[in-house]
Amino acid sequence: MIDVGAAVALIVMLPSPASRLPMQDTTRGKAVYVKWCAGCHGDTGAGDGVAAAHMLPRPRNFTGGLYKIRTTASGQLPTDADLLRAIDEGLPGSAMPGWKGRLSDAERRSVLAYIKTFSSFFADTSQHVVPLKFSSPPGGGTGADALKVGRQFYDSIGCRKCHGDQGRGDGPSAPTLKDDADFPIFAADLHQNWRFRGGGAVEDIYRRLRTGLDGTPMPSFADLIDQKFLTDQELWRLAQYVRSLSPAAPPEVRDVVHAPQIPGTVPASPDDSTWARVARYWFPLVGQVIHKSRWFAPAVSGVWVQAVHDGKRLALRVSWDDRTESPDTAWLKFEQRILQTVAGDDSGSPPPQAEPWPDQLAVQFPRRLPEGSGGMERPYFLMGGATDPVYQWRWISRPRHAFAGLARGIERFDTLPGAPAGQATYDRGEWRLVLTRALATPDTANEVQLEAGRAIPLAFFAWDGSSGEHGSRMAVSTWYFLALDRPTPPGVFISPVLAMLVTLGLGLVVVRRAQRRGGARHIS
Amino acid sequence: MRKLGAVAATGAVLALALAAWTRQPPPPAQGGGTVSGKVKFTGTKPTMPKIDMTEEPKCKAKYQGVPTDETVVVNANGTLANVFVYVKSGLPASYTASAPAGPVTLDQDGCRYHPHVLGIQVGQTLAIKNSDGILHNIKAKAKANRPFNISQPTVMTSNKTFDKPEVMVALECNVHGWMHAWLAVLPHPFFGVSGADGSFTLKGLPPGTYTIEAWHEKYGTQTATVTVAGSETKTADFSFAAK
Repeated sequence: MIDVGAAVALIVMLPSPASRLPMQDTTRGKAVYVKWCAGCHGDTGAGDGVAAAHMLPRPRNFTGGLYKIRTTASGQLPTDADLLRAIDEGLPGSAMPGWKGRLSDAERRSVLAYIKTFSSFFADTSQHVVPLKFSSPPGGGTGADALKVGRQFYDSIGCRKCHGDQGRGDGPSAPTLKDDADFPIFAADLHQNWRFRGGGAVEDIYRRLRTGLDGTPMPSFADLIDQKFLTDQELWRLAQYVRSLSPAAPPEVRDVVHAPQIPGTVPASPDDSTWARVARYWFPLVGQVIHKSRWFAPAVSGVWVQAVHDGKRLALRVSWDDRTESPDTAWLKFEQRILQTVAGDDSGSPPPQAEPWPDQLAVQFPRRLPEGSGGMERPYFLMGGATDPVYQWRWISRPRHAFAGLARGIERFDTLPGAPAGQATYDRGEWRLVLTRALATPDTANEVQLEAGRAIPLAFFAWDGSSGEHGSRMAVSTWYFLALDRPTPPGVFISPVLAMLVTLGLGLVVVRRAQRRGGARHIS
Repeated sequence: MRKLGAVAATGAVLALALAAWTRQPPPPAQGGGTVSGKVKFTGTKPTMPKIDMTEEPKCKAKYQGVPTDETVVVNANGTLANVFVYVKSGLPASYTASAPAGPVTLDQDGCRYHPHVLGIQVGQTLAIKNSDGILHNIKAKAKANRPFNISQPTVMTSNKTFDKPEVMVALECNVHGWMHAWLAVLPHPFFGVSGADGSFTLKGLPPGTYTIEAWHEKYGTQTATVTVAGSETKTADFSFAAK
């Protein structure tokens, strides 16, 4: 009898399968939060941790229960699944990493439960957290007809007001945008879907159109379907159009830029038809956070690079997304807001005044190619050092010109007489720049001699003046390589051997680079 | 001749006064007291920045001159417009008010909000109208209520309600950074906004002692304590000084 009673009690006490209690333990969640999250999000969840002041976008303030990435209607609370996605996958394009591989399932679910305690809305039973029902994408989404429909709605519902004509975040309203905490906020660059906070798939884009991104200027367009301004299918077409602006797959970072040899002379113009036939390479840039004054909010997230040579000259085409043709007075207030928002490391000193700084780009080489067979000694990647300078090509948007010189660290740049020829076009949110120079120059001591078949180290730096970038406040890359491919020899029998040798040589380079990676990690 | 004119003028003034007196609305059916007053403005009237609507020709065409920001609107008679005046406290705990059936309309016309400051009751419909036919998004930066941010790229009306009292909810359009308005959500109908003559009226108050608050987006808040009994009318004037 007693046994039966105990058994009944046990059954009653057993948690139902639906109970989330065993997986969501706010005490444990707090421990995880304090250890991993509070540094950015703050002890009270107000998004004001010690690191927050250096970030743009700022860490989420949990106290309002307001979230960008949701499957719920505008202004509604997110579902647990929405929050878990952000924790698991992180928020691309921001400082928030994915925690799936770093925290256990139980830890992530517990911290989720703890985060919800920061806002009383989650305890408010009158809040109905209901995910929207989403349809599936209609087929043919990459076809010209579908994209044309999508583009029509891109124009008619005013996406271009913020995101710009070509979707690079340079619309007329872009310089006035702020989030709910009055921090400056960029309209997304729709050409970089791998940096979309909620994911870059067409389904993700469609969901953001339906739900909006709460706390930001991005509204929900769901009412338009209810009011029959557009159909669900047309909203999908818009999402498919937006998706089509980015590459089919996120750009893969490859170490070597191949410059094929072309007949005739290299193109000097960035809009020469030659460039359409040359492979392009993506190099990510990060904020310069090693030397004062550090910069944690780089505006240029990467550069696309193409190169060709004609046996005598090299042409290097660098293109990058930039919302402004700096200096642009329309963005001066925005620039000031960035400078006020993103704390530098000059503690105590007031934020610098916005100035109409120009845009800049630098391409860096060693002065001489590394000696010896396979030797890869290179100067310090961050503009060399006092005794070990680097050779740089620099380009500036105003007065628009290119020049060359030796950098001895960030602070010191000495111009050399010989300059590369530079031609640049600014077109609706994109800079396209071609720099050309003779492969061989008289000043062999200071100017890198560009030899075919050699691995030529190069690196990139970019400044967006209208984001307050100048001097050490810039975006930087690590060392990569440029390879000038040899002309196809007349004897076709030699080619396979040559290809093997080149592959082997570059393979060696890559292997050595990989071995060195440990040393370079701190900047990536 | 001059004398006749003076008599006529006096007559006209008297007639106007009489008309104004007779136009006093009768007390509401349920009776109750009235609190009315004026919101004065002292000091130098600030110059409001001009709004550049070049990007929106449709809106720009709706103005004779260059429109200015509406943060501070000082009337010709030296009073302050767009001051929200409401019963902050003093209603009996048992007091309940059901939301009126009709909506309150907020119109986006000429890339500005009309009205610039408005009140609504909990549960009452806010009809958000786009008369411009160009893209506006309307974002309600509510804190006590859930916020929203919806897109209106064409002539259309969207309806929203609010569950909880909240003074104030900031409304803004992010496409047009100058567009902002203020919405108060109250659990009762005792509120008003100072108009073009700086006056306001709160009607139908049950007998009691009330804290009346006057709120202005730039000059902050002021309060007055007023006791009303029966169907009497009490005066509560406010004065905001230039900053």
